[in-house]
Amino acid sequence: MLKELFTKTKKKKYATIPSEAAKQDVPEGIMTKCPNCKKIMYTKELNKNCKVCFQCGYHHQMNSAERINSFLDAGSFRELDREMISGNPLGFPGYEEKLEKDREKTGLNEAVVTGLGSVNGLDVAIAIMDATFRMGSMGSVVGEKITRAIEKADELSVPFIIFTASGGARMQEGVLSLMQMAKTSVALKRFSDNGGLIISIMTHPTTGGVSASFASLGDYNLAEPGALIGFAGRRIIEQTIREELPEDFQTSEFLLKHGQLDAVISRTELKEKISGILEIHQPGGTFEWQEN
Amino acid sequence: MAGELEFEKPVMELRKKISELKEFTQNTDVDLTAEIDKLETRLQKLESEIYENMKPWDRVQIARHPNRPTTLEYISLLFTDFFECHGDRSYGDDEAIVGGIAKFHGYPVTVIGHQRGKDTKENIRRNFGMPHPEGYRKALRLMKQAEKFKRPIICFIDTKGAYPGKAAEERGQSEAIARNLFEMAGLTVPVICVVIGEGGSGGALALGVGNYIHMLENSTYSVISPEGAAAILWKDSTLAKKAAETMKITAPDLKGLGIIDEIIPEVKGGAHKDLKQQAKYMDKVLRDSMSELLVLDEETLLSQRYEKYKQIGEFSFPTEFIGVK
Repeated sequence: MLKELFTKTKKKKYATIPSEAAKQDVPEGIMTKCPNCKKIMYTKELNKNCKVCFQCGYHHQMNSAERINSFLDAGSFRELDREMISGNPLGFPGYEEKLEKDREKTGLNEAVVTGLGSVNGLDVAIAIMDATFRMGSMGSVVGEKITRAIEKADELSVPFIIFTASGGARMQEGVLSLMQMAKTSVALKRFSDNGGLIISIMTHPTTGGVSASFASLGDYNLAEPGALIGFAGRRIIEQTIREELPEDFQTSEFLLKHGQLDAVISRTELKEKISGILEIHQPGGTFEWQEN
Repeated sequence: MAGELEFEKPVMELRKKISELKEFTQNTDVDLTAEIDKLETRLQKLESEIYENMKPWDRVQIARHPNRPTTLEYISLLFTDFFECHGDRSYGDDEAIVGGIAKFHGYPVTVIGHQRGKDTKENIRRNFGMPHPEGYRKALRLMKQAEKFKRPIICFIDTKGAYPGKAAEERGQSEAIARNLFEMAGLTVPVICVVIGEGGSGGALALGVGNYIHMLENSTYSVISPEGAAAILWKDSTLAKKAAETMKITAPDLKGLGIIDEIIPEVKGGAHKDLKQQAKYMDKVLRDSMSELLVLDEETLLSQRYEKYKQIGEFSFPTEFIGVK
């Protein structure tokens, strides 16, 4: 018996090479592999679970259309300013081509989709940034569309909800991009002074000028788990201070611990939690007198 | 019974005896009903004797009882739809103070309170309910938010005091407490404060500037803990019991001094004996206060609060002047 323990297990004599035919058994897109825990899941099932991994809770990236479907009441969304497109104000070489390419790739005109809709029956104005278009970077159109959505919320006296996802400023628009931070903030200030409710939900990634403007200006600042949120990039900070940063640096959980967020909420509970907040902010609350 | 306090030992012993006798009667044929009845009458007498004549130090013991209901327990029983908000938006999230939005009998409110832990692990996380500056700043942030959305604010006070630590001083403990007093004075919404356990020093007051201040019957509110007072006054912290009696820290004392509005009765032996019943007592007082304050306009709310604090303090102008002119 002892001997058996020490004998080497026989090496496999043959290696199998999967044939081309076998590979095509599973058509593209039917299965999705979780980049975090490597679990392989049916894409359909994953989508039903708001693209949250069943095994490790990893939040797969969501585009604006998927977000609308999972967050707003079915059929309630009415888009605003869909046709607005960007110019090339600085005459930046290649910018127009890049925009054109992303328009084709994503079917979107810009990196944010704005509109009106409802969450469990409660009306809201909403802006959803889309990181698949130019990394969700903020240029004149993004700033203008968000500002208009805020103004619409003000006009209709409904809450303003924003899902942020952005790499930051759009370099090709230079200082015009920077000024969108101020423009959106000015609009939020007026809305807030009129008693407007602002809910910001930061998703992966929310960085640069977006994190330093409307993303952080909510009455409630919320985030999805594991999202990267911060102003300066990790690499830049490391190079500047010549120190290695902690593993969880600039994650949602890190921000919660450091007082920047009200709560980190899983995408599967997001709609319920937010409709709870909206519910509490409904005008005309009455004080009920039931004895208990 | 676990967690019994020194002064209530005779009650506990008698109760134990009665239950022993009851068991004995059940298991044997000997009938001791008359005996038991007699003891039960004695128990009732003893209970009222002990619980109705509690000394300040006894109340201190109850206020510090490890099972004394905490802010989050009252929140779960008195409010619905509670959504906890974290963080001061600048440095950290102090878990020694909890706060959020909720509904009280269907009416939106903001609730804030000190939060002790229930066990050692939680106590470490919550720093035994002793806040750091970021805790006060979180509270203030939530109060300002409540003001924006015109929600009444309910504060539960339950802390030994502000945390005497290095980091707290570095981050401006004094400024944070001062800012809260200053800003709370100007809040245009109703503010109701309830001391539910220990109300210790500036750490307590930082959640304590309101239109109404109520206290649970066995809670305490003081400028310093009895131990601290004894150490300062007599250089001997073991004289805490004496300090507790001298310092006027119980709810009846504060009511007498005109500082608090109402004493919320506690269940016999302290709130920890029956949390649900205790929540009902609390609910009634909160409802009364809410309905009184909700009808007032902003200006009246502010002047009511101003007058409330203005009248606290004692001084005189004697006819025969003996001071320095």
